[in-house]
Amino acid sequence: MTRHVVAAVRDLPPGGRKLFSVRGRPIAVFNLEGQFYGLLNRCPHQGGSLCEGLLTGLVLADTPGEYRMERAGEIIRCPWHGWEFDIRTGQSWCEPDKIAVRQFPVQATSGQALVQGPYVAETIAVSVEEHYIVVEI
Amino acid sequence: MLTSGAIDCDIHPGVPGIKTLLPYMSAHWQSAFIERGMDGFDPASYPPNAPISCRADWRVSGGKPGTDFAQLQRQALDHFGTRFAICNPLYGGPMAVSETMGAAICSATNDWIAAEWLARDPRLRASIVVPAQAPHLAVEEIERLASDQRFVQILLPAAAEMPYGKRYYWPIYQAAEKYDLPIGLHTGSLFRHAPTSNGWPSQYLHDYVAAHQVFEDQLLSLIYEGALTKFDRLRLVFLESGVTWLPGFLWRANKTWRGVRPEVPWVKAAPAELVRHHVRLTMQPLDAPPDAADLGFVLDQLGSDDMLLFATDYPHWQFDGDAALPAGIDAGLVRKMMVDNPLATYARLGK
Ligand code: FES
Repeated sequence: MTRHVVAAVRDLPPGGRKLFSVRGRPIAVFNLEGQFYGLLNRCPHQGGSLCEGLLTGLVLADTPGEYRMERAGEIIRCPWHGWEFDIRTGQSWCEPDKIAVRQFPVQATSGQALVQGPYVAETIAVSVEEHYIVVEI
Repeated sequence: MLTSGAIDCDIHPGVPGIKTLLPYMSAHWQSAFIERGMDGFDPASYPPNAPISCRADWRVSGGKPGTDFAQLQRQALDHFGTRFAICNPLYGGPMAVSETMGAAICSATNDWIAAEWLARDPRLRASIVVPAQAPHLAVEEIERLASDQRFVQILLPAAAEMPYGKRYYWPIYQAAEKYDLPIGLHTGSLFRHAPTSNGWPSQYLHDYVAAHQVFEDQLLSLIYEGALTKFDRLRLVFLESGVTWLPGFLWRANKTWRGVRPEVPWVKAAPAELVRHHVRLTMQPLDAPPDAADLGFVLDQLGSDDMLLFATDYPHWQFDGDAALPAGIDAGLVRKMMVDNPLATYARLGK
């Protein structure tokens, strides 16, 4: 596992998402209230770019005719055919055990901790005062 | 015979005419039918003289198909070695425009079947025919007969005034669950709405071939309106649907549901799973591939061995001779279709 610094934390505020290329892999990084999550940006169905999908919640019901929105902002719907994925787990809603997007661990790390290394920062310079989004591959 | 001990889930005793039912009607309806001179409540789906309505060797001399008790007993029961056969009388009660008249015809049909068929042969069972045009009266009829264990199912035409998933029909499903009665949907309709989603066909041929389409509609309605979510124990038996249209439908329904699920969040399992849980299908007629060797493969696509029910569809002309079992079905499935699946579907048969 190598730690790849992809952006400064302040460049991806809560509710945001951004696509990065890390060692040739397209990885969509999401900020859910300060927690970062990384998903391979390739829908397991037919490869749709998840990062461009609708960021939404889970529509649930206990009984027919009822609609209840939960977990707002934690579900991404694939822009191609609308499959829903849980950003926190990568699991699809329809077949969570069989269909899931590959996840990559993402952390916010201080520049101070990073400089002790090792890390890779291909596109940005790391300074000790900043906090960074780090993807592990 | 291969079918010995089988449970035949769809036979059709014929109602000779309204006169036969009069003894089972109230004084009001007796005089109403006599005064108005009304008769001919046979549904248009099986015109009595059409070849498909009755196999040549099963015709009743001087009567409508299925109207001779002894002949039915000999041909449909003795001949195939039938253990039980479920009578599904197809007559105008569920379709009459007047709700109360429809209910009267249904009640009379049920009482006639009980007295003149069920009472005369212990192998016979029957569906409760109910006025599909009036769910509240349908529930009354179910309540009236539910304690008679020889009635094993509630029979509805495959199409009525509205899609069956609508809440208007839910009281029927509630009663069905309460009394452990599956709902049989039999090919046909009220015969006053276009039988296809595309309007009125000009030919009987078109009408007949298109008849399975409405089963797809009803399934979609029952699933998406939430009826199958609400009534988890409800079992539906599709009678004479042709069967093999189902796999393609399941693929399409699943695929689309995955993308548009939030529109129906109460649907928590894939449509195909719900269908496997709730739906059973009778095996005559069967729209089989030209090569019998391919049939097993097609049926495998249903993804379950529990769904198919043996039926002869007597006296309708679906096969010749003794070939009630379509060729190409493996022995294990044949046994399930003939015995295990009917017993699991119709809880009352085991009692
Ligand atoms: S590619 Fe994502 S839903 Fe089809």
